[in-house]
Amino acid sequence: MIDLPCVSADGKPTKKGIAKLAALKSGASTPKAVAEITGHPLFSVRSGLRELVNAGFVKQVDDNYQLTPEGSKLVP
Amino acid sequence: MEEKTGEIRLPLIGEKAPDFEAATTQGTLRLSDFEGSWLVLFSHPADFTPVCTTEFMAFSEIYDELKKRNTELLGLSVDSVSSHIAWIRNVEEKMGVKIPFPIIADLNKEVSQKFGMIHPSQSKTETVRCVFIMDPESKIRTILYYPLTTGRNMKEILRIIDALQTTDKHKVATPANWNPGDPVVVPPPGTTEQAEERTKQGYDCKDWYLCFKKL
Repeated sequence: MIDLPCVSADGKPTKKGIAKLAALKSGASTPKAVAEITGHPLFSVRSGLRELVNAGFVKQVDDNYQLTPEGSKLVP
Repeated sequence: MEEKTGEIRLPLIGEKAPDFEAATTQGTLRLSDFEGSWLVLFSHPADFTPVCTTEFMAFSEIYDELKKRNTELLGLSVDSVSSHIAWIRNVEEKMGVKIPFPIIADLNKEVSQKFGMIHPSQSKTETVRCVFIMDPESKIRTILYYPLTTGRNMKEILRIIDALQTTDKHKVATPANWNPGDPVVVPPPGTTEQAEERTKQGYDCKDWYLCFKKL
């Protein structure tokens, strides 16, 4: 296991990961909307959301993303 | 259309670039992650080499200019992520230049072979200096190849992006040595009627097939 940009080797979201989770919690559901809120480049948001999906914090429905209960617990 | 040279497949101008997924210094990225932005995908022979170091510093210097043009940078060599990290840390520490863009670690040469970046008569193990400029739909718009010994010209890369974006926006072509602000070339007429009309449209026409206009 290695540290990834949005999920660290111990399976927890990184600061960048938390920012994306917070953007989803605030109502963003597309990578473009998450990029606008976080200021992260779009390519990095797409990649980061995949990491967060693989870690179980986010689920993808078609082209939209939403927090899982697990992910929801991590952002106020 | 595909052109094959031995095992190497060369994507050509006008084609959609082949997608890939690769380990980079900024996580695992797919080419399709860049859709919506212009992209400069470039390869360099190896980390910790002199010409490549000057190029990385130069690419970093134009990074903000590229962002203004909705353009991302993505580097590539056949070195590992750890090697890339060590090198960019070294460049920052010794040269004071931060490398803000991701670099692909193409250890298995999967991406470099897809893009014809290894030219065996130059080196069987290193990529030559390739530049693929892609539009927001990942269509290849420009391909540049430089030998191992010649560093790239950043002004030319910016100029090409400006020219391509001007062409897309205004449906014009750009003449030799064009720079933003210079007159552009009006597309040649396709009919004799259009050729006749061309002379009345206020363009700077040298002849019916060569007309310039200011944007």
